[in-house]
Amino acid sequence: MQTPSLELKGSSFTLSVLHINSQDMAVITAELDSKLAIAPQFFLGAPLVVNLSTIKASNFDLLGLKDILTSRQLIIVGITSALPEINAMAKSIGLAIIKSGKAASNQPQMPKTTKIVKQNIRSGQQIYAKNGDLIVIGAVGNGAEVIADGSIHIYGTLRGKAMAGAAGDKNAVIMAQKIEAELVSIAGQYWLTENLQQNGAAPSGCIRLEGESLTVESLPL
Amino acid sequence: MAQIIVVTSGKGGVGKTTTSAAIATGLALKGHKTVVIDFDIGLRNLDLIMGCERRVVYDFVNVINGEANLNQALIKDKRCPKLFVLPASQTRDKDALTKEGVGTVLNNLAKDFEYIICDSPAGIETGAMMALYFADVAIVTTNPEVSSVRDSDRILGMLQSKSKRAEEGLEPVIEYLLLTRYCPARVTTGEMLSVEDVEEILAIPLLGVIPESQAVLKASNSGVPVIIDTESDAGMAYSDAVDRLLGEELPFRFIMEEKKGFLKRIFGS
Repeated sequence: MQTPSLELKGSSFTLSVLHINSQDMAVITAELDSKLAIAPQFFLGAPLVVNLSTIKASNFDLLGLKDILTSRQLIIVGITSALPEINAMAKSIGLAIIKSGKAASNQPQMPKTTKIVKQNIRSGQQIYAKNGDLIVIGAVGNGAEVIADGSIHIYGTLRGKAMAGAAGDKNAVIMAQKIEAELVSIAGQYWLTENLQQNGAAPSGCIRLEGESLTVESLPL
Repeated sequence: MAQIIVVTSGKGGVGKTTTSAAIATGLALKGHKTVVIDFDIGLRNLDLIMGCERRVVYDFVNVINGEANLNQALIKDKRCPKLFVLPASQTRDKDALTKEGVGTVLNNLAKDFEYIICDSPAGIETGAMMALYFADVAIVTTNPEVSSVRDSDRILGMLQSKSKRAEEGLEPVIEYLLLTRYCPARVTTGEMLSVEDVEEILAIPLLGVIPESQAVLKASNSGVPVIIDTESDAGMAYSDAVDRLLGEELPFRFIMEEKKGFLKRIFGS
């Protein structure tokens, strides 16, 4: 098997953020030098993100700031929380515009999606429906796992493991045409084969969470 | 274009090599030019079952490494002029197989042969993955017992996700179930899974049911593929399986318990 010569992967890094509260380059230079004097080695070549949230002037001298930092061997990776005009300026001089983690987390929730699988799930296979329901048209074999943040519907025999409400949704259900499961779980509450047998699992049925315990009801599927 | 058929199972000892030898011989006897490749590097057995162990000079790994060419490594079967064997190396391990190397050898064989039978090793590691990667058809050999059925299910999952056809989004690998060591009497007494049970769990078309037979061990030990023994039940069942593989529709034999006759009941069988 040939390994690809490049790969794109996400990763998070801890970066120092330099907050700029003044537009006066002379003042910034003086304060920066006194800070650097405390621990010159520590800041040598350090990557920095410049936070410009308090700068409200669109004619801010970003290029001047970059020169000051570069001349002191600090590397600007990008800027954050700046005015749109300053962002445009940053783009033109090759600086990245970085969204801070807090701003990014305010994105609207992902809409619910349903995952449909039209084949038998074989032993060793794992299917995960993130943020939604999972519909399997086929059987789920022994040793296979089907997982969904929402509900799981199986139009076939469930012989493996089924975990619904994986993200904590207590209203999720598991339905199967024939239940011979190794394990069923809803929002962390689980039953093994013997629990299913003790609770008189019907050949075809729906498993729900009632309060803190699982229940099974037969369905004429 | 040659058809690449992998004989696989996941579990060991279910009859992959016996099946590979029988099916390859059966196809060749029907007039199709066939080669059977042993992928079980380090645990070479196919040469014994085919009865050509004394004629192995170069092997599959030699060909992959360019130390021998295909014509030097291919062994022509003594009984059937259309049949060739490519033996495994006994002194290497499975990591000697690379996707590029196996692909090149199969491509070269495809120019000359109609059928390429790949005898997979047990397990789901490199050897087995290489054997199934290029397959067009898979014969999943299964014994009527739960662990074998589960391992076959796992291999079917691999065929659907790890094969070349799956990775490239082509037509999926055609999968057939071959049930071996079947014993109708023990099914009646509930000791063994029935054909229907296995078919229901694995949900793939049935290619054949090979009965548990004295003839198989005898054939293996004498280095003659069991299909040559046309008098034996296993030989006939393999012959039927080959016909089905070639598209014929035949009723399944040897799946019902034979009623013992009056004399047999008295004197035993």
